[in-house]
Amino acid sequence: MTNRSLSHTKHPVKLSDVSLDTQVKLSALEDFPSLRAKLNQHGLYQGDVLRVLRVAPFGGPLLIQVNGREIALGREVAEKIFVELE
Amino acid sequence: MKVALIGLPNCGKSTLFNQVAGYKAETGNFSGTTVTFTESRVRVAGEVIDLVDLPGAYTLDGGSPAEREAGRYLDSRDVDVVINVADSTQLASALSLTLELARRNKPVILALNMVDEAARMGLHIDGEGLARELNMPVLPLVASKGRGVKGLFVKALQIGRAKASAESVKTESEASGAEERHTLAIALMKKFVTQGERRVIWRDSLDNVLLHPVWGYAILLLVLFLFFQTVYGIGKLTEPPLLILFDWITKGVLSLFSTKSLLSELVLGVLQGIAGGVAIVLPYLLPFLLGLGVMEDVGYLPRVAFLMDALMHRVGLHGKAIVPFILGYGCNVPAVMSTRTLEEPRDRYIAAALATLVPCAARLAVVFGLVAFYLGSIAALGLYLFNILIIALTGRILSKLLPEVTPGLILEMPSYRVPTFKNVISKAWFRVREFVVEAWPLLIAGSAILATLNYFELTYIFNFLVRPVTWLMGLPVEVGIPLIFGILRKELSLVMLSQALGSTNFSAVLSSEQMLVYATFVMFYLPCLATLSVLRRELGVRAMLSISALTVVIALLAALMARGAAILIY
Repeated sequence: MTNRSLSHTKHPVKLSDVSLDTQVKLSALEDFPSLRAKLNQHGLYQGDVLRVLRVAPFGGPLLIQVNGREIALGREVAEKIFVELE
Repeated sequence: MKVALIGLPNCGKSTLFNQVAGYKAETGNFSGTTVTFTESRVRVAGEVIDLVDLPGAYTLDGGSPAEREAGRYLDSRDVDVVINVADSTQLASALSLTLELARRNKPVILALNMVDEAARMGLHIDGEGLARELNMPVLPLVASKGRGVKGLFVKALQIGRAKASAESVKTESEASGAEERHTLAIALMKKFVTQGERRVIWRDSLDNVLLHPVWGYAILLLVLFLFFQTVYGIGKLTEPPLLILFDWITKGVLSLFSTKSLLSELVLGVLQGIAGGVAIVLPYLLPFLLGLGVMEDVGYLPRVAFLMDALMHRVGLHGKAIVPFILGYGCNVPAVMSTRTLEEPRDRYIAAALATLVPCAARLAVVFGLVAFYLGSIAALGLYLFNILIIALTGRILSKLLPEVTPGLILEMPSYRVPTFKNVISKAWFRVREFVVEAWPLLIAGSAILATLNYFELTYIFNFLVRPVTWLMGLPVEVGIPLIFGILRKELSLVMLSQALGSTNFSAVLSSEQMLVYATFVMFYLPCLATLSVLRRELGVRAMLSISALTVVIALLAALMARGAAILIY
C-alpha cells in the first residue's frame, strides 16, 4: 500500500485513501481489464467529481456520491481509482 | 405499432410496463432484474400496440449480456417509437443513454420518471428546455402511481403515426464516444436542472443506521432472523394441513385400485411428485419469495451487499453474491436463479455451487428430525456452523482454482422505496412460475420412475450402488434407498429412512454417530432434482454435473469429519 500524503494535493491519490466527505475528481484508472468499461456502465467517468460518503468496516466497500447518485465500490475497486483533490 | 421501453437499470421501466400491460415483467429495486425482454400486446388510448420492456442498460454498446440484448433489439426489430425512461433524480447518468438513443434512427420520447421524488429532493427540471435541446418530446412520469402514463402513450401513438406517414429526420447529436456523451449529459444537467432545497433527507438518516459499522450488522442479523422466523412460521402452519390433504387424496385415489399394480404404483408416484412440488412451493418458497420481494423493492438488498462485501471476499466473491446465500436457506431453487444478477460467469458458477451447499428448509427438516431431536439442539447448531465453515472453505478453494478477473463490487445504491403490494405479488408469482414450469415436471417424472422401480422391487439395487459410500461412512446398507430418493426431495431422506430401517425411533436402529454422519451427508450431497434442473438452465449441463460431483465429494469428506468428531464425542 502506498502512503501518499493528502497534503500534496496535485498528486493523484488512491480513492481508497481519501478521507470522508472530501470532494475529489477522478483523474486516472489503474490498467485493469474491464474496469473502465464497468465504471462507465455505472455512469462513472474520468473527470467526474465525487465524494466518499461512507466506508464499510473490515476492508469493505466505499459508498461514493457522483452526479447525484450513490454507488458502492469494493475496496479493491477504489484502490484502482486515482483521484485529485478538488 | 411497436413501442420499446428502454432505460437504465432500476429506472422504473418495468414498473411502467406493468402499469400498462398488467403484471408480467419482473421488477425490483436492484439493478438487473429484467434479464430478458418482455413483450406484450396492450391497448392504450383506443389503439393496440406491441409494448416491449427491454433489459436495463447504461449504454447500448456495453458489456453485459442484457445491454447487448437491448442494443440488438433496437437495431434489428421494427420498433416504431422508443420510450426512454429516465430516473429524474439521476438525470446525468440517464441522459448519457438518451444521447446515445438520439443517434439511432428511431423517434425517441424521454419520460422523466419519479418526478415526485426529484421534487422532494429539491430538484427542478426544465423539461421544455431539455426537449428543445434534445429535439425530442420530454414528458413527466410517476410510473409507480400511474401518473403521466396515458399522456406518454398518447404522445407515442401520435409520433408513431406521424412516422408511418413521413419518416421523421432525427438530428444527429455530435457526441459519439461514451465519454463525450457523458460530458455532454452533465452539461445538459447543469443547464436544465436546478438544485433547490432538499426537503427530505430521511434516506441519509436511514442509511446512517442501516449502513452503520455496528448497528448496520446488528439490524441485518435481526432482519434475517425475523425473515427466517416468519418464513418457517408460515411453513409450519401451512405444511401439516397440506400433508393431510394429500394423504386424503392419495388414499382416495388408491382405493380405486383393488390390488397393487404397476398402474397404482405409478399413480402413487405421480401424486407424490405433485405433493412434493406443493410441499416445497406453498409453505416455504412462496413466503420466502414474498419476503425477498419486499426487501428487494424497499432497496435493502444492495445495502446488505454493501455490508457483506468484505465477508464475501473471504470466499472469493463480492457483496452482490450474498443474495443466493440468504435465499439458499429457504430453497436452493430461487438461490440459483438469483445468481443471474452477477455479471461474471465465474462469479455465477461459484455462487451457485456454494448456494447449493446451503441447507434449505427441507434439509433443515432432516437436521431437526435426526440431530436436534435425538442428539440435542447444540449438535444441530454445531452442524449449521460446520456447514458455514465448509462453504467458506469450498469458496476459498474454488476461487483459487478460478482466479478472479473482475474489478470487484460496483453497485448502484438506490433510494429507498415503498414496495407496492401488486409488484411484490407479481414478482413472487413470476419466480414461482419458473419453478413450476421447470422443476415440477421433473419432480413428477422422477417420482414416477422411482415408483416403477419400487414396483419391480428394483430399488434394492440402490443400496448396492451406493454401498461403497455408505460403507465408508459406517452407515447401514439400507440407507442407500432414502439417499437416492432424497435427490427428489430432501426431506424424503428422512421420511424414507424410517421405512428403510423399519422403525420411526431412529435411536433404536442408528447410533448417535450414524445419525450425525447421515445428517451431515444429507446436508451437503447432491442438490435436489429441482435445483439440478435450474442449475442446468442457468449455467449449463457441464456446470450442473461438475457442481453435483463437487457436492458429493464435499459431502463425503464432511461426513467423514463428522464421523471422526462423533467418535471423539460419543
